[in-house]
Amino acid sequence: MIYRRRATPLHAARAAAGACWCLALAAAALAFEHPLVLAFLALGIGVAAVGAGAGREVARGCLFTLPLALLVAFVNPFVVRDGLTVLLRLGELPPFGQVDLTLEALVYGAVLGVRLLLVVACFALLAAAVDPDELLRLFRAVSFRSALAAALAVRLVPVLARDARRMADAHRCRSPGAARAEHRLAVLRAATTSALDRGIDVAATLEVRGYALPTARRSRGPRAPWSRHDLAFAACAVALVTLTVVGAVLGWAHFAPYPALDATLTPATWALGAALALAAALPFADRRGVAR
Amino acid sequence: MTDVLRLDGVTYAYAGAAAPALRDVSLQVGEGELVVLAGGSAGGKSTLLRVAAGLVPHFHGGTFAGRAVVGGLDTRRHGPGELAAVAASLFQDPETQVVLTTVRAELAFPLENRGADALVVARAVEEVALALGIERLLQRSVAELSGGELQRVALGAALVARPALLLLDEPTSQLDPVAGDELLWLLRRLNEEWGTTVLLAEHRLERCLAHADRLVVLQDGAVVCDDEPRGALRWCAEHAPVLETPAARLLRRAGLGPPPRGVREARATLRAQGLLPVPAPPVQPGPTGRSVASPWRRRRRSGAPSALAARGVWQELRGGPAILRGVDLALQPGERVALLGRNGAGKSTLLRHLAGLDRPTRGRVEAAGRVALLLQNPGDYLLAERAGEEASAQALRLVGLDHVAQRDPRDLSGGERQRLALAVVLDGPPPAALLLDEPTRGMDRGAKAVLIDHLRRLAARETAVLVATHDVEFAAALAERAVLLADGVVIADGAVAELLSGGWHFSTETARVLNGAGRALTPDEGAALLRGNLSMLEVSSEP
Repeated sequence: MIYRRRATPLHAARAAAGACWCLALAAAALAFEHPLVLAFLALGIGVAAVGAGAGREVARGCLFTLPLALLVAFVNPFVVRDGLTVLLRLGELPPFGQVDLTLEALVYGAVLGVRLLLVVACFALLAAAVDPDELLRLFRAVSFRSALAAALAVRLVPVLARDARRMADAHRCRSPGAARAEHRLAVLRAATTSALDRGIDVAATLEVRGYALPTARRSRGPRAPWSRHDLAFAACAVALVTLTVVGAVLGWAHFAPYPALDATLTPATWALGAALALAAALPFADRRGVAR
Repeated sequence: MTDVLRLDGVTYAYAGAAAPALRDVSLQVGEGELVVLAGGSAGGKSTLLRVAAGLVPHFHGGTFAGRAVVGGLDTRRHGPGELAAVAASLFQDPETQVVLTTVRAELAFPLENRGADALVVARAVEEVALALGIERLLQRSVAELSGGELQRVALGAALVARPALLLLDEPTSQLDPVAGDELLWLLRRLNEEWGTTVLLAEHRLERCLAHADRLVVLQDGAVVCDDEPRGALRWCAEHAPVLETPAARLLRRAGLGPPPRGVREARATLRAQGLLPVPAPPVQPGPTGRSVASPWRRRRRSGAPSALAARGVWQELRGGPAILRGVDLALQPGERVALLGRNGAGKSTLLRHLAGLDRPTRGRVEAAGRVALLLQNPGDYLLAERAGEEASAQALRLVGLDHVAQRDPRDLSGGERQRLALAVVLDGPPPAALLLDEPTRGMDRGAKAVLIDHLRRLAARETAVLVATHDVEFAAALAERAVLLADGVVIADGAVAELLSGGWHFSTETARVLNGAGRALTPDEGAALLRGNLSMLEVSSEP
């Protein structure tokens, strides 16, 4: 998952606004359990991913997390003993004990899995469409070394991925009669050594670029005026946070999985879902001045 | 002239190394000088540059004796970060020298680290981008850049703070001849206009000697020659002929002097002697736009089976450009072919298709047997802790490495590692074709000569050899046929003597000196031609 500059509103927005908007979306996905609200959020995030030209990256992130999400959804009915609507009695199943599969536990497992996917999608969007260099600049004053380590990790990922691809190709090129070092351990050791060598090279570059100087902490990037996209994403981030807090406090998206499913559909729930989806999609409506 | 760099009796050994990498090195580099460091692999060039950058001993550790002063700062007391204000470094691999994700951020990074004002940073970034011609890349992600573009960006990051001293370790090793020449002209311009002192380590002296004020030769970590280019070339002719440039060897073998720094001086010498040949007529293209009939084309027409053939091979990226566009190429058994072309022409992609690593989107590849491919980085093949575990004794013998079977591959020299990787891909039944992708990167001339010898022997056993390379001197010494690729299309395919003798960038130094006369590519061929002309002149001038 690599940041690539594209002509989209999210790429054109300053990193602070873009990151806050992505985090606000993730917070909304964590705050609500109501399936309707989650469906609206999924719709909004999907539109945003396409609008940011990062649909493929977001889909890849979700696909990567899908086994974990399925695991969560699968395990929940086995470990939760709540729920009144029994679908299947499985009897004694070590190590879970007496297991009754209930509709409530199944649904709640699915809700947990979907929330996990939505949070991952938000972070995938952040990684693919928010400039990490600007983020580094934002955080360097707070925690310079942590921010730098994070940025370097991001930089090393594609380098190491390319190294690994090259090694795999080299492995395929080995002649059939050669004394093959087929064992995964040998390949792993070589890959680790390569990663260390790469890390040392990058660290040497950092040294000669003067990153260790005490002046590095004080530095700030140029102050650019707020563009329409900065304002749009910042405003939508504020709207998302406000909707999340107000919706959660006032119970607009009440959802109680146990003992019996209670997902009340009120006009407030519909309004909240639609507003969240709108706040996710709206910043992409204006595409003026997106190319840099 | 003020010294920007001064080394006094510097001796340095890396931690755990059996022998020092530098031995009692004393060297002064004055303000505004362009000094070239030469010498064989593991001679100490890179270590010397790391001393000047302060990475030795602060970053690499080890044992350091003597004194190094860079821009008035003693490296024992000042680390690489402080020295970076005076000396900027550019190492071999651009991949690891770009640390941020966009070009603009990368260029701004060194100044931001020094706490420079935002306006100063913005102006400096714009200026350096304009100076290096990378202004259109400023908003691009570094992940999208080619090797040549990355190298320029890394150079920009090194130059953005206007350092007094620029340290470069084989900066052209990954560039095609055109991009390499451009980079060297750029360095000369920076040197002349900005007064930047340049210390440049380079194997291919013919590329950079014309721009140099001095040549320093390192051997086994010691300075064995430090002279202006002509004096240094005289020293090389006597003590280290392997370092001589082709033009210098050409004139010396023809009995002419003084040693030229580059093509222009060599031509001036020939002109003064009345020996400068007139330009050779361009090669007449055949009906397909390729060069006229040559031995392998005759063989192809005679119906001899190909060892390896690409038939209308296309590689079209989904949502992207076509990398290969209908490539037709056939190699006969035992044929030695050089594949040339600028960065991004599609050479590596073609090799991958020929070796079966990738599948064409259209067209097909036919092989008479196994196809062995040696990719660019030999280290990728070496996984075991002993060379003998990587390949059989027979394969090691084939590449002349049977004596290193017990050694760790990581302890071998660059040339030996390359040959060990070659042994890995050659192990087993003889391949119908051997493909090599940039095998001479970072190799000194001695190692190249050994590699050429091994490849010739393989070809003599009926293995077709195809080498993708930017090194035209290597191509001329090895190949009998050359293929020029541009934008995924074969634009020329002919005898190496024809293809590499008439051009400027894709041409050997000897051919450029001689205007392509007699299709001479190597100094020996050129010297024979000149001696013939000399004797004709002598006969005609007799009363």
